[in-house]
Amino acid sequence: MRPITFLTTSAFAIVALSTTALPAFADDTDNPPWSMADKYWGAEEMAKARDHVQKNNGATPNYMIMGDRLEWQGTGSDGIFLWDAQGWYGGDLNKFWIKTEGEYSLADNEIEDAEVQAIWSRAISPFWDVQAGVRYDLAPKGRTHAVLGVQGLAPYWFEVDAAAFLSSGGDLSASVEAEYELRFSQRITLQPRAEVGFSASDIPELGIGSGITNFDTGVRLRYEIKREFAPYIGVEWQKSLGDTADFVRAGGGDPDDIVAVIGLRTWY
Amino acid sequence: MFLDFQMDFIMFDRRKFLTTSLGAGAALGVSGLVPTWARPASMGNMGIPALTGTDFDLAVSKFKTRINGRVAMAVGVNGSVPAPLIRFREGDDITLNVTNTLDTDTSIHWHGLLVPFQMDGVPGVTFPGIKPNETFQYKFSVPQNGTYWYHSHSGLQEQSGHYGPIIIDPKGADSVKYDREYVLVLGDWTFTDPHRIFAKLKKNAESLNFNQSTVSDTKGLTGMWGAMRMSPNDLADVTGETYTYVINGHSTADNFNMVFNPGERVRLRIINAAAMTLFNVRMPGLPMTVVQADGLNVRPIETDEFQMGVAETYDVIVEPTEAKPFAFVAESIDRSGQVVATLGPKPGMRAQAPRLRAVPVLTMKDMGMDHSSMGGMSGMDNGSMEGMNAKPAAEMDHSAMGHDMGSGDMAGRKSDTMGQGSMSHGPNPNGPPVQLAKIEADIEVGPGVVNVAAMPTNRLNEPGIGLSDVPHRVLTYSQLRSLEPNPDMRKPGREVVVHLTSNMERYMWSFDGVKFSEVTESIKFMEGERVRLTLVNNTMMPHPIHLHGMFFDVVIPDYDDGYGTHRPRKHTIVTKPGEKLSVDISAEHVGDWAFHCHLIYHMHAGMMQVVSVLPNPQQSAAAPKMDHSKMDHTGMKGMK
Repeated sequence: MRPITFLTTSAFAIVALSTTALPAFADDTDNPPWSMADKYWGAEEMAKARDHVQKNNGATPNYMIMGDRLEWQGTGSDGIFLWDAQGWYGGDLNKFWIKTEGEYSLADNEIEDAEVQAIWSRAISPFWDVQAGVRYDLAPKGRTHAVLGVQGLAPYWFEVDAAAFLSSGGDLSASVEAEYELRFSQRITLQPRAEVGFSASDIPELGIGSGITNFDTGVRLRYEIKREFAPYIGVEWQKSLGDTADFVRAGGGDPDDIVAVIGLRTWY
Repeated sequence: MFLDFQMDFIMFDRRKFLTTSLGAGAALGVSGLVPTWARPASMGNMGIPALTGTDFDLAVSKFKTRINGRVAMAVGVNGSVPAPLIRFREGDDITLNVTNTLDTDTSIHWHGLLVPFQMDGVPGVTFPGIKPNETFQYKFSVPQNGTYWYHSHSGLQEQSGHYGPIIIDPKGADSVKYDREYVLVLGDWTFTDPHRIFAKLKKNAESLNFNQSTVSDTKGLTGMWGAMRMSPNDLADVTGETYTYVINGHSTADNFNMVFNPGERVRLRIINAAAMTLFNVRMPGLPMTVVQADGLNVRPIETDEFQMGVAETYDVIVEPTEAKPFAFVAESIDRSGQVVATLGPKPGMRAQAPRLRAVPVLTMKDMGMDHSSMGGMSGMDNGSMEGMNAKPAAEMDHSAMGHDMGSGDMAGRKSDTMGQGSMSHGPNPNGPPVQLAKIEADIEVGPGVVNVAAMPTNRLNEPGIGLSDVPHRVLTYSQLRSLEPNPDMRKPGREVVVHLTSNMERYMWSFDGVKFSEVTESIKFMEGERVRLTLVNNTMMPHPIHLHGMFFDVVIPDYDDGYGTHRPRKHTIVTKPGEKLSVDISAEHVGDWAFHCHLIYHMHAGMMQVVSVLPNPQQSAAAPKMDHSKMDHTGMKGMK
């Protein structure tokens, strides 16, 4: 904290304490950054305009909605539909995020896996945000987790989203995702992507074993009809590891699968 | 012809305007009210007449217009894009009645005009703004002549067409001789809502750039660029993909055509009224003689091309002797588009438009890391990050220097008197060190500041970005000389350093790492003071920096050590990437003056401040004699 800010804050505190006894001092704390036009147009009018012009130049809130992966994956007979979407609202430093990810099985006509996160995000450096919040699992079960993570842009333009989850049952897990964008032209982009999952404990009812649970890596080739609207095709290698792989096998699945994907990346 | 007459009348007779022209505009549906001066020669514009007035009625409204053959919604003045030409005589008392027919506030700022500050037209700084259905009366006289312009200072209205030219004719004879004149107002039109453009930049700052690094051009992906997460291809935030570049509202297809008789001296008054676009201006095959910059006459200098920052004006004389059409080309700095007009011997001719030239890329020098001046530090290109976060030369242990910051007037700004003494990197690229009391903020890397330029250099003797290797002459700032001797020859008593800072990834732009929304103290000048303003550009983009109400006497290091008697004086100066430049200012006009980057989305993101010229009762009587040695920060106590 700059010393001068500290002094100002202290002054505010002192005046705030004394206002009950001496309300006349309240005006002295109103220390506008400039005020010479007040005498021509009135202090009140200028205060409103000043407040507006300052907010309008640097503090306008923004939002974004993004479907990073809205795709069909060719697993099993009919495959699955996967969504991975985010949205945020806020200013440059503080943002409120919603993230959701899930899978809908076209064979079973049901949602197999779905979660939603509500997160407060704080910019801490040029390229990194710290994020904290809650995650709720819609399917399966109804677990709630505390979330703590970092999201940002690593050197050489790698987009990274890493988070640790502590469930209400006391289970600790984590995931790290990294994406890269390699442009072949101004509209055709190849996006390699990798995701690793960890779990500190066995959670048999979720089919999760301790250690590294899964490693998914793939590439998606998209065409940006507009920057905001880009259909893509791709391929992904989905590998379960350790005890998690055993759970998958026991359930009749393939712990080492290569799937084709067709999808859409879009934002607004 | 009917409309012609009407527009000329609008300037002088408000009643006529309200009864006649609004009706006509409504009947046309799409506004056909193109002012005479903005029409091509094929529609009768044989050069603009020297009409002058003293009373002007201007109505701000939202209306339909036609740009590049497409219907568009504009926000502008008197139903035309650009707005009417306001022409008056130096020293005259001017009255301008501005009526707001929008449903939001508006304003008009008279760019470069030395008006009383309460007439300067910046909402929240110099007046409250003009409310819907309100008529605001501006009254002033100005002690200057030349080419200027006016525009809204409210929201993003300027991007939607709220800008127009001003010509102030000299009291006596014009020192510039010419047979014919045209005004060329350069613009970057968009059919997209400007707020949507800003929102896109905030969501994905590179999304409007269609010249990004690819697998076949990986400079921006690897090495220092990749490590820093900075792009050498980031020449313009908003590009030809979004913009239709226009001259007087005419695209290349619309061909703004002008006429000349061979042998005539034709004066072109060029105004860059774009929202975001720096233009490279040239007339292939026709040398241009620059006679005026930012409204003030300069010693005539012949050149073939110049880069024009947003808000700058240049007057040039051309003397075509051959009876053939010449192209007037305004090319966007990132070469993503251009607009071409024609100067021909007959109305309606169309000159051959040149092809867009190869796109330039930025260099380490633009990052403020000029390796040629850094000796053994070139090993840093391997991606090592340490050096890049180095603090600027002036940053020392201030706490140990015992400066009294007590009063709080200088919140967040620290002072030292050390100049650049601690750096010894051979010849100083900024010229001999100046030992001035210095006010400089602490700049630290953080969410809003990606980079602090380790070795910013003075680049006034370089042409604009991308023009150093063209096969012809290009104007540089250091070539400009004022025609008249500078009015104030005092050396500055104090230096105020302002850092231009950004984080492109988050689309954050600021001065000294503080956005306008976070400013708690304006920058203070004192009436009668001669002060040096030093701008350090820590960003990768050129910024046209504009200070209202004052002119910058540009400090050109190789012109009499920066103290030449005929330094160019400007209201707007482009600060190149990685550049450190200085200007001297005579703070004569008491008031709060807006100070900002003239790229509208940079300003909207926070790259703005206010300079308060404080009244100085002791000095105002006997200005400019003051004891500058007592004018450092400690002397500022209690000035508020």
